[in-house]
Amino acid sequence: MNRIASAFENKKAFIAFITCGDPDLETTAKVVREAAKNGADLIELGIPFSDPTAEGPVIQGANLRALSGGVKTDMIFDLVKDLRKEVTIPMVFMTYANVVFSYGAEKFIGKCSEAGIDGLILPDLPFEEKDEFAPICKKYDVSLISLIAPTSAGRIAMIAKEAEGFIYIVSSLGVTGMRSEIKTDLDSIVKVVRENTKVPCAIGFGISKPEQAAKAAGVSDGAIVGSAIIKIIEQYGRDAAPHVGEYVKSMKDAIRAV
Amino acid sequence: MTNPNGRFGIHGGQYIPETLMNAVIELEEAYNKYKNDPDFNKELETLFNEYAGRPSRLYYAEKMTRDLGGARIYLKREDLNHTGAHKINNVLGQALLAKKMGKTRLIAETGAGQHGVATATAAALMGMECVVFMGEEDTKRQALNVYRMKLLGASVVPVKTGTATLKDAVSEAMREWTSRIDDTHYCLGSVMGPHPFPTIVRDFQAVISKEIKSQLLEKEGRLPDAVIACVGGGSNAIGSFYHFIEDPKVRLIGCEAAGRGVDTFETAATIATGRLGIFHGMKSYFCQDSDGQIAPVYSISAGLDYPGVGPEHAYLHDTGRAEYVPVTDDEAVEAFEYLAKTEGIIAAIESSHAVAYARKLAPTLEKDKIIVITISGRGDKDCAAIARYRGEDISE
Repeated sequence: MNRIASAFENKKAFIAFITCGDPDLETTAKVVREAAKNGADLIELGIPFSDPTAEGPVIQGANLRALSGGVKTDMIFDLVKDLRKEVTIPMVFMTYANVVFSYGAEKFIGKCSEAGIDGLILPDLPFEEKDEFAPICKKYDVSLISLIAPTSAGRIAMIAKEAEGFIYIVSSLGVTGMRSEIKTDLDSIVKVVRENTKVPCAIGFGISKPEQAAKAAGVSDGAIVGSAIIKIIEQYGRDAAPHVGEYVKSMKDAIRAV
Repeated sequence: MTNPNGRFGIHGGQYIPETLMNAVIELEEAYNKYKNDPDFNKELETLFNEYAGRPSRLYYAEKMTRDLGGARIYLKREDLNHTGAHKINNVLGQALLAKKMGKTRLIAETGAGQHGVATATAAALMGMECVVFMGEEDTKRQALNVYRMKLLGASVVPVKTGTATLKDAVSEAMREWTSRIDDTHYCLGSVMGPHPFPTIVRDFQAVISKEIKSQLLEKEGRLPDAVIACVGGGSNAIGSFYHFIEDPKVRLIGCEAAGRGVDTFETAATIATGRLGIFHGMKSYFCQDSDGQIAPVYSISAGLDYPGVGPEHAYLHDTGRAEYVPVTDDEAVEAFEYLAKTEGIIAAIESSHAVAYARKLAPTLEKDKIIVITISGRGDKDCAAIARYRGEDISE
């Protein structure tokens, strides 16, 4: 069984998103370790991009802070190698197509595999364009994660059938960020996913509170949280790790109760 | 020129969030339905002719020709269109299409403000709601256009993220579109972004080369030897080139904004300094660093201040069918002043990049050769900035 599958094995997964290098890589390393220690089942590591078109203001801010801190893609590969000495839960990269393309897809994905990265989420790579990277991902056993949106009507089965790792269900229209409520009919989306694949699915976008996480995990196989964690890092900066740990624990506890 | 996946050679494609996929598919289906529909085309032609003032003049620039002492120079006067630029061609087409699709709200990005003004104009005409995203920097550089958009009933959202210029306005318009798709059409202003935009915008702008061809045949009985246009995203250039692509004897020359020079970081000359990448929904050439971070580009011209180029231009560059040359701020400002003094035409600073290159090219050609320069817009909006460039502070 690959590492991503283990995150969903006999449990609902709590997935934490962290932008690498916000505010610096030492902090990122500490935050990842704390998140893992406090029950995160999978970590999404964001590689910052200058123009993150799918992100709301909170994660845009994290991208900006990381890039102004001088983070480079190679430094992030080193960070992952270092983390892998003790972190055993699956880790995936979340970035934009140009970061991978510009580095050289083969070189980038090869290094992912070597460093211990299990998957790749590229929000600007829809089903129609996945052949850009999918064959190389397959070659290096890195799962190319598919996304399904509230506007994916008529496309869910097609996407689910070819999905790998896990499916990222986008809960709401718009960009990443915290929302007071999620109105999308997630049950029917998950139903079509389940009819077409055994790959687990988790819900992200707009989840910040334990009850929202529990609800999302109740409908699907897990909950993904980004902006709420970034907000804590934004507030506490280099001292953020214990605060993130505490938050992850509260979210994971809520999911465990599902 | 387009294959079914929206590719121009290796360029183009649809690199966008899943949330937008059904929206671009719906747009492509609607466009395919209407593009050959006689009623749609008749309605559009009426708008072009009666509202926008087409066909635009093809003017023989006799004084300029004599002064440069080489090829005969014609100016394609897109600056004489309603709203003062070629942008209206694309906007009327897209707004009409959006209306047929049942959309009631247009959103758009704008750099210099010309596309924003054109979109606000079409929205007013067709009774649609309009929101324009404009980099905060640009709202300051082009305050008059902000006022014009508001006057036309649009709301203008100043974009504060990133470099607060055109690329950030595009990003923000895309973000807005992902949050509201049902009633909203994203009226993209150039031959860029995900398929089908590069094709749709090109088709609506192709009226420029269609007219050049017939007007020049009437005046000179032949095709031009060269067509010159400025290139940011590249919509007026592709519009000027399109009906000549299959005529290999016609040189097609795109003038990129070199800013302070292609050997500096303060440039927006994508083909001269960029490399292949994926951004804003398309594969094409982009100004970027070694990690693929999009570069903060610079040009005196807010309309050419964009780090990428449309995928069809990237393809025409790859195949060698079109040439792309960098033109600096200095050269463009000199050409801006030159055309005003020589022909009594104040061209947009964007278009002045094309004029600048024509000034270099014309004297090297025989007197029986013909050059067409597309004057994509009028330069009133630029007067304050050019005055500042020359050290003179005028208030608008």
